[in-house]
Amino acid sequence: MSALSDAFGPGSIEVGVQARNREAAILAAGRLLVASGRTTEGYGQEMLDALTEFGPYFVLAPGIAIAHSKPSASVISSGLSLAVLESPVIFGSEHNDPVRLVFALCAVDHDSHIDVLSELATLLSDTELVTFMLNASTEGEIRSSLSKGL
Amino acid sequence: MRIVAVCGMGIGTSVLLKMNAEKVLKQLGIDATVEAADMTTARSLGFNANIVLTTPELVASLTGLPAEIISIDHFFDLEELTKKLSKALL
Repeated sequence: MSALSDAFGPGSIEVGVQARNREAAILAAGRLLVASGRTTEGYGQEMLDALTEFGPYFVLAPGIAIAHSKPSASVISSGLSLAVLESPVIFGSEHNDPVRLVFALCAVDHDSHIDVLSELATLLSDTELVTFMLNASTEGEIRSSLSKGL
Repeated sequence: MRIVAVCGMGIGTSVLLKMNAEKVLKQLGIDATVEAADMTTARSLGFNANIVLTTPELVASLTGLPAEIISIDHFFDLEELTKKLSKALL
């Protein structure tokens, strides 16, 4: 199993998520971190606080956001979640709006999750795989794309 | 040559930026160290850096540092990073 597919715990991926704005989208991805046992409830609000403080800088590529906060007491273990939005949401990113893939990242420190991020970067630089993920209709399809091309 | 990759929290965006910058620098044959940092650390580390890499939203908070600030729009497009780093370094 790759570091990346391991980072997505059971229940951490949801397709067809309804979110009416960027806050709802971030909280939806945050709930998936809670559902997969990686954080407690408070982490969602911590990600929103980061948005308030620094703006939507984590919308890193067209249509793709990687919401996160810093290591805190809310983080149980490092991990990722993914909410694939049913309809695109405006995050306020100058270059990369609107967003449909909302990842949430939590980490226990500054460097133990680097292998995971490296694999995620490889995955997201493959435009065919990103298109496949956008068109996926089940968690299983997303999981299969996580192990492709790595 | 010292480069600092900066994001709000220092665990996600800046780490991705650091990894991609290292890939690009290797391809360009440039010897440089790249560090990832959050905003607070960057303000101190940034004073010793030649280049600060960050995202467009954070540029305004970093102005005033005596380093060249490069902002990256698309993190997974190595061509953009290659173009901007070559312009600054070659």
